[in-house]
Amino acid sequence: MNVATSVATAAPTHPPIDAAALRDKVAIRNLEFFYGETKALKGITLPLYENKVTAFIGPSGCGKSTLLRVLNRMYDLYPNQHAEGQVQFDGMNIVEPGLDLNLLRARIGMVFQKPTPFPMSIYENIAFGIRLYEKLPKRELDQRVEQSLRRAALWDEVKDKLGASGLSLSGGQQQRLCIARTVAVRPEVILFDEPCSALDPISTAKIEELIDELKEDYTIVIVTHNMQQAARVSDFTAFMYLGELIEFGPTDKIFTSPTDRRTQDYITGRFG
Amino acid sequence: MDASIYAARRRSNVMATVASYAATGIGLAGLAMILIVLFWEGFSGLSLAVFTQMTPPPGSAGGLLNAIVGSIMMTVIAIAIGTPIGMLAGTYMAEYGRHEKLTSIVRFINDILLSAPSIVVGLFIYEVMVVPMGHFSGIAGAVALAVIVIPVVVRTTEDMLMLVPNTLREAAASIGLPRSLMIRHIAYRAARSGIITGILLAVARISGETAPLLFTALNNQFYSSNLNAPMSSLPVVIFQFALSPYADWQKLAWTGALIITISVLVLSIVARALAGTRKAS
Repeated sequence: MNVATSVATAAPTHPPIDAAALRDKVAIRNLEFFYGETKALKGITLPLYENKVTAFIGPSGCGKSTLLRVLNRMYDLYPNQHAEGQVQFDGMNIVEPGLDLNLLRARIGMVFQKPTPFPMSIYENIAFGIRLYEKLPKRELDQRVEQSLRRAALWDEVKDKLGASGLSLSGGQQQRLCIARTVAVRPEVILFDEPCSALDPISTAKIEELIDELKEDYTIVIVTHNMQQAARVSDFTAFMYLGELIEFGPTDKIFTSPTDRRTQDYITGRFG
Repeated sequence: MDASIYAARRRSNVMATVASYAATGIGLAGLAMILIVLFWEGFSGLSLAVFTQMTPPPGSAGGLLNAIVGSIMMTVIAIAIGTPIGMLAGTYMAEYGRHEKLTSIVRFINDILLSAPSIVVGLFIYEVMVVPMGHFSGIAGAVALAVIVIPVVVRTTEDMLMLVPNTLREAAASIGLPRSLMIRHIAYRAARSGIITGILLAVARISGETAPLLFTALNNQFYSSNLNAPMSSLPVVIFQFALSPYADWQKLAWTGALIITISVLVLSIVARALAGTRKAS
């Protein structure tokens, strides 16, 4: 497969980036991550710009998912994993102990590889997260649910069966339900962990379109194995290899004129 | 290709198949014989009097009302005591202490308790409740049954919660859901039918237990709903009546055995149906 040509056709669709307008939403500095004794991330320094889509790419095991899971402290659910360094977000260092993780995760939402609807109705899937942090009258809650489902381009498909189980939807619909659920909590950053790898091409296209719309309101980070997808949806791309950040820059530049040899080898399909 | 090797393999295959069928047949035949005799002997004794009259002295008419009521009361109380303890312990093991050493210790001890002879449980409650209280009582019987319920519920709760995928826990965490709410609203919901099945299996298990009741609730010839006094129960009445030389007592023992069997059968079917809906969803 010739990745380079398909990428080249996708690249020019991006508007030019105005460097002066970029604002750091999250600033990662010298981040190290450990699974027990094993160092999985080595001195990562990287900005995530506000209202932009940043893609993490790289071969399996390069640490891109690990990096994503540092950003909402998801690793805290498991023992023997810890991070060192700085991840600045709204004046605080995310990786410091003592942080209220639930509040952090309400502000930095996440969509997973496999759709994970809760075992409850479609309506409840969305309303559940809203009720956690806000006490709304029924009418407003209904509006928020509708808004969120519309935002995830799912409303028209489910508006007549909001009482049905979230598990009764198709895989692509379930994934959009999860996006709606994430959006409903009104986070500032949304992390996507290979959100389309379990979906068919049509559902994938819908999700990609959605990501493009969502970046108007949110800062988005996406981990993907699919390089065309990174080229299509992202404004910035970070290429990682063996736990290190090899290259970071505007997506057009990474895909058309990478400076590092390893980046070039990877995007042209020579390894990975 | 060597035909003799293939022929030998076919022969051993036939032998293994025949042996498997024979073993299944022997197991099923034993079960069928028990059920046939039980229905044969038990059905003829089944009448309204069984459910409305007390256990009689030998030679007069009577029923099993006091035993049925005693069994139901002690079973319900045992489940009411054992289920919360078992579910909370199982929840700790699967959700909070999954990687703790304490959990593996508890799991090991729980497995021992699960297979402990129930007469040992009876003796234990005799020592800690009956002796200090100075008399046998229904509540002691219920507590003894609860001790049998706990390990069953601990085990199924832990197993069922372990089946809830971690991705669901991560998804809950990702919208800022505290762990306690995640367990109550998501993990329990996902594991609900499995946990209910476990509780029903515990009911089935204790409804036939005799040994733990002999030392605790003892028996009562008369109707009593007083938990502070000896209480009758179906298994103990069956034990006593079946060993007696009186034909009418033996008849009632058969009927009691049939009632327990049908109740457990119904519970198992309900449990199976619930497990079925679990798979379907």
